[in-house]
Amino acid sequence: MEMLTLLCLFSTYLLASSINIEENAGQFFSSGHTNNWAVLVCTSRFWFNYRHVANTLSVYRSVKRLGIPDSHIVLMLADDMACNHRNPKPATVFSHKNMELNVYGDDVEVDYRGYEVTVENFLRVLTGRLPPSTPRSKRLLSDDRSNILIYLTGHGGNGFLKFQDSEEISNVELADAFEQMWQKRRYNELLFIIDTCQGASMYERFYSPNLMALASSQVGEDSLSHQPDLAIGVHLMDRYTFYLLEFLEDIHPASKTNMNDLFKVCPKSHCVSTPGHRTDLFLRDPGSVLVTDFFGSVRKVELTMETINLTGHIKQWEESTSLRTGRARGIVA
Amino acid sequence: MRCVFSLLSAEQSQPVCQNASFIMKIIVKRRRGHLAALSIAAVVIMVGVPLWWRTTETYRAWLPVSQIQELSKLQLQLSADVEVVFSRGTVTPEQQKKLPLTQTQDEEHRVDEDTALSYRYETRYRTATVMEEDALNQPTAAEADLSLHTLSESPCGSLVVYVIPESSTLLPQDVDVYIGRRRTAFLRIGAKMRVGRTLEQLLAHMEPRVKQVLQVMSFSHTDITAALSDRVRLSPGNKESIADSMRAFKSSPGYEITFSLLNPDPKSHRLHWDIEGAAQTYIQPLLTKLAPVANFSMDSQTLYYAVLGVSPRFDSSRSTYTLNADSLAHVINPVEARLGSNAASSNPVLNFLLYVPDAHHSPLYIHDRKKQEVPSNAFHSPRWGGIMVYNVNDFYGPEAVFPVDINIDMAKVMGVFLAQLRLLLGVQSSSAPPGFLVAPCGTAGLADWELDRLMWSRSVENVATATTTITSLAQLLDQIGNIVINDNIAEQVSSAVTSLQLAVAELESGNLGFALQYSKEAILASERAFFDPSLLHLLYFPDDQKFAIYIPLFLPMCVPILLSLLKIISDARQKRRDKQAKKD
Repeated sequence: MEMLTLLCLFSTYLLASSINIEENAGQFFSSGHTNNWAVLVCTSRFWFNYRHVANTLSVYRSVKRLGIPDSHIVLMLADDMACNHRNPKPATVFSHKNMELNVYGDDVEVDYRGYEVTVENFLRVLTGRLPPSTPRSKRLLSDDRSNILIYLTGHGGNGFLKFQDSEEISNVELADAFEQMWQKRRYNELLFIIDTCQGASMYERFYSPNLMALASSQVGEDSLSHQPDLAIGVHLMDRYTFYLLEFLEDIHPASKTNMNDLFKVCPKSHCVSTPGHRTDLFLRDPGSVLVTDFFGSVRKVELTMETINLTGHIKQWEESTSLRTGRARGIVA
Repeated sequence: MRCVFSLLSAEQSQPVCQNASFIMKIIVKRRRGHLAALSIAAVVIMVGVPLWWRTTETYRAWLPVSQIQELSKLQLQLSADVEVVFSRGTVTPEQQKKLPLTQTQDEEHRVDEDTALSYRYETRYRTATVMEEDALNQPTAAEADLSLHTLSESPCGSLVVYVIPESSTLLPQDVDVYIGRRRTAFLRIGAKMRVGRTLEQLLAHMEPRVKQVLQVMSFSHTDITAALSDRVRLSPGNKESIADSMRAFKSSPGYEITFSLLNPDPKSHRLHWDIEGAAQTYIQPLLTKLAPVANFSMDSQTLYYAVLGVSPRFDSSRSTYTLNADSLAHVINPVEARLGSNAASSNPVLNFLLYVPDAHHSPLYIHDRKKQEVPSNAFHSPRWGGIMVYNVNDFYGPEAVFPVDINIDMAKVMGVFLAQLRLLLGVQSSSAPPGFLVAPCGTAGLADWELDRLMWSRSVENVATATTTITSLAQLLDQIGNIVINDNIAEQVSSAVTSLQLAVAELESGNLGFALQYSKEAILASERAFFDPSLLHLLYFPDDQKFAIYIPLFLPMCVPILLSLLKIISDARQKRRDKQAKKD
């Protein structure tokens, strides 16, 4: 009798461990992406739009903390806050009142700054139609296995987003740009987050597959800012991004939080506006999509099982290497 | 003096019969007014409207749209030439009379409604020559392979299968098929299979085996459909095929390979690695052999004080430090931020890192999920590169004076990196069927038939990608009427179409080298056309904005013209009515 119970226990243990392995293997393959990119855009300039820059820089910090390297982030900011004449604390951009957190830091890498943040450059980055002289850091070099996070913030309206007080991008243009990205297989899955007034209008016209969108307010509603700092004199962040950041602070690279939790960020009681989301174009179920699939950069790894047996001796180089010492430093071409 | 009130408008209905010249002046004036209005209207309609149309038209050069439509329906035919050579003792004299014999086999596959594949195998059966018989008399299969290679070299994309009798000592007991380093294979058939059969029966009996050899050494349906993934979004097959498709880099005209040595503890270890010599001796032969597929550039660097993002755990039973498989995923990100890359090119980068653990955390071993040590002590990440951990604690004793000079054994390191490089480039080392023995790949790191397989899948991938690019570009330009199509774009598109047609034709006739070259040209031209900076469509205007722009310009001009035209028409109608009344 005891043998039977022991056998049952043992077999259930085996079953459980095999399911675990299967699940881990399944997790490996379920997302289908091998690298992550982020395009973070702040579309406003001028001192009173301080909060938009702080929004974007806070998302930038979270994304970097969760593992996406600078080479895979395209950051577009007007970048006129830190060194603005009206900034009482130069070289800083704060996101919490009482100056708790300086999001500007000393390792912020802005790819498009100042007057380079235009609709044209944004669309060129997305579609890849950049002039050949553009350096690598200003390009979105994604492939068909890249998950891309796109974050836009600024002033918007019903169907458009204002860039630097001088031009606009419409939701039709944005949808067409995403379709061109899909045609050229420049993404595997794309998460689009927008924190502007009437933000939901910007994702109404999407029609390409594998897009998920989140917005801070519905059509007809305004997104509101969070808290002013009396020393700096402006509002420091927007509500939706503030609560989004609080949510992201609990995420670490190995966490298993999924998108359904992200949709619940900033309910109406906190945000005053009603955040919206759109998942009908997304092929996977949002409950199975991890937040780190877009915000982090968890690499897939495989153990190298085979090696090649090399037996020949290293050929000695003549002429140019005879002058070198053994230590190789720097880049050797 | 006739009253000419029929020419007068309704307002001036009082006939001024007395002053005829006054009337004539009014008539002439009115006529002049009508003529003026009519001529302005004529100028506006016949000159102004076409001028406005032409000046606001976007310049669109001619594109070969019909040919692009044809290309969207892709019909690929892949041909392989196979030679089956019967050595002495494998065929009876009656069977031998019918040789040499040529057979052609076709296989059709429909992938989806726009893509069809057909495979053609042209098999030539013949007997071995005297020199080949001598070569087959060598003691081992590897030597036989070498001496056969010196006799004749098979062209790219073709195969030769030598059929050897059961009694032959070339292959070990349980092995039926040996796949050599070049393009030859040895197939052993049983003695009882040939007695009392006709040649056709023998060939039919051998066919499954030959087919298996072809699947391994030449293109296989799974590889080709995987290469078409740009065109066809297939539902994922088994987990292995998904992993394979995610691991290898996509086809690109060039790749950059970077070797990095990470030394977190320069105070203890002074590391010397002869990277130039090692890269030249071990890696460069592979890259030279892969030259038809892509260009490669190599660089190397040394990073000091670079640590892994994960702290290893101490395993007291073996008194070593361990990294288990789950924590490996978090190793790469902190390091990646410090690796540079060439700012000038947009080619994909393959990173190979050699990590020498610091003295306090040596030796460091990687454990798999079953807690066993991984023999190579290395791991790789799909589409990124590989990392190897190299322990140096054996090189010095406990009383050594720090920093210790250490020479790294580059042969061992490069053996691992070469294996990882092969995996990342898509040189498939799929598991061979049972009874097969595959020769190790040799100093070049790549067997000839592996290169052929890579070339087949790259050609198909390039053709598929280029056709998708061109068809989607044509669709895009058709949909959005506002994009300017310059002459250089039209030129690129035409040259891409021509190269594509040539590539498909060369694949059909079995010239693999030319097919790959044309497919590379096609993909370069199509990418250049698609990503041309001038094709930016910034010209979306909602209808209400269009009205808002044109109305203030045209309305003030058109209102007087329209009103005078209406007046002319109403005058003419009035005249006709009066004439009618007069007749009555």
